[in-house]
Amino acid sequence: MKTVLKKLASFIITVLLVTLFVFLAFELIPGDAATFRLGTNATPEALERLREELGLNRPFFVRYFTWLYSFFFGDMGQSLSYGVSVRSMLASKLPITITLTLMSFVMIVALSVPLGVLTSKYEDRMWARSLDALGQVTMSIPPFFLGIIIMYVFGMIIHAFTPGGFVSWQTDPVRFIGYMFFPSVAIALPKAAMSAKLLRTSILSERKLDYVRTAYSRGNSTMDVLYRHVLKNAIIPVITFLGMTLADTVAGSLVIEQVFSIPGFGRLLISSISNRDYPVVQSIIAIIAMIVIVINLIVDIMYRFMDPRMRERS
Amino acid sequence: MKDLMFRIRKNPELYTGAVIAAVISFILIAGFLFSPYDPNAMSAAEKFAAPSVSHLLGCDNFGRDLFTRLCVGGVTTLFIALATVSIGVVFGTIVGAFTGYYGGAVDEVLMRFNDAVLAFPSILLALVFISVFGSGTFKVIISLGIVFVPSFARIVRGEYLRCRNLDYVRSARLMGAGDLRIMFVHILPNTFPVLLSSTVIGFNNAVLAEASMSFLGIGVQPPDSSLGRMLSDAQAFLFSEPSYAILTGCTIAVIVLGFSLLGEGLKKHA
Repeated sequence: MKTVLKKLASFIITVLLVTLFVFLAFELIPGDAATFRLGTNATPEALERLREELGLNRPFFVRYFTWLYSFFFGDMGQSLSYGVSVRSMLASKLPITITLTLMSFVMIVALSVPLGVLTSKYEDRMWARSLDALGQVTMSIPPFFLGIIIMYVFGMIIHAFTPGGFVSWQTDPVRFIGYMFFPSVAIALPKAAMSAKLLRTSILSERKLDYVRTAYSRGNSTMDVLYRHVLKNAIIPVITFLGMTLADTVAGSLVIEQVFSIPGFGRLLISSISNRDYPVVQSIIAIIAMIVIVINLIVDIMYRFMDPRMRERS
Repeated sequence: MKDLMFRIRKNPELYTGAVIAAVISFILIAGFLFSPYDPNAMSAAEKFAAPSVSHLLGCDNFGRDLFTRLCVGGVTTLFIALATVSIGVVFGTIVGAFTGYYGGAVDEVLMRFNDAVLAFPSILLALVFISVFGSGTFKVIISLGIVFVPSFARIVRGEYLRCRNLDYVRSARLMGAGDLRIMFVHILPNTFPVLLSSTVIGFNNAVLAEASMSFLGIGVQPPDSSLGRMLSDAQAFLFSEPSYAILTGCTIAVIVLGFSLLGEGLKKHA
């Protein structure tokens, strides 16, 4: 119970620190919302009136907590370039980015666990070694380049999908998922190679430990030892890695969206940065940061469930 | 000779990585220094010219020599990565040394903040800084440099925490050495093995981060070129001229492959 409270406290502190950071960063940009809205030709009186109206001349921390409060209740202000509420702009994009992230994460897990187990089980075989080398090369390909290669091979030569032919999930959910498949592969492959390698090294070092010899001497088969003893311990560092990966995948999807012209968070974020549409940028970054912090909290809690040693230590 | 073979077999990553990293850096830097072509000289007649003796890898959509552009873009990418990592290492070492050596409340607060920053995907953090500072080569270096400080601070702090009560530090203290001298003359050299491998790994991440940002169009701005920027230009011609994108992408991939193997080998070696 005490640890849960401690975790919760540190979670709240992290949320406050990160949101404060995001808020502060955009405060540092010269010019405030009033100047942006009225332009450079506005009279000082008009600026002052709008500032009063928007509450821009209140103390920093008052503004910060007001912003935080309305952010959590879904009021993210108005877009400077489109004049519509940021919330309505983001509402239709969030599911796209989340789908992309989740699909690639499922692929990472589904690929890396079997691969890690197989390549460590048959570590001396030729095919296991070549897979390992292939993994090393895959890790070095930047996801956006992998995306371009996939687009060229599967989109332009094999015609497995139409590049740029994004279908919204509201029009056709099946084709939407179909279009998201290849972008997800581009995000997933390098990460899957990394986590397979991590699992492999982790299994190989666990296998040298005494408890494995004991398990063998009690008459367990190789399969038993591997699945019931070794894997349980070897998977723990991989869980940590996967947690970090999930956070990275959110960021990776921002870039991949650009490659495959998917109108998600990433494209909106990039165009808003170029347009200096700060309320939109601020909200997207704050939302992604929240997602990342929540993921980290979940991983931390899972960790405790998987590894009893962690529970005792704290 | 036998000794060398033995060493290579013991740590193949280190030697393969060193060779790949050295060769690709050498080619890029040599091309950057000695290429007879102006990387920005356009020539309509040579638009997408095929590889030939005069244009080793052919030309791009504006008839510019592709090999020269790859070298110039590659050197820009390497330079940005180097500058970024240097900022990260210098400031990270200073922060890590003080917090690790003295500990206490300042350490607590800074490390909490550090954890919060590290939880952020680095590209996202860089995007925050880019949207505050604006884009362009030097702004990218500063943005990415700040992003890299916390991870180095964490590594260096750990080393100082480990070393601050070791015998050699105690005896230096007995001999009357001041805190600053102990920190930077006695302990610092002992962090080098760990710091070196993380620097190479950090360099690699910087290459990837710069390439992603320039690919998104918010990093290096024309007329400067970097590999990420070129790849994003090349994507428009993917169907008609796939070799443009493939060559550019492969250059990034080879750099990353070389330095990631090197970093891993150094880690094993340390």
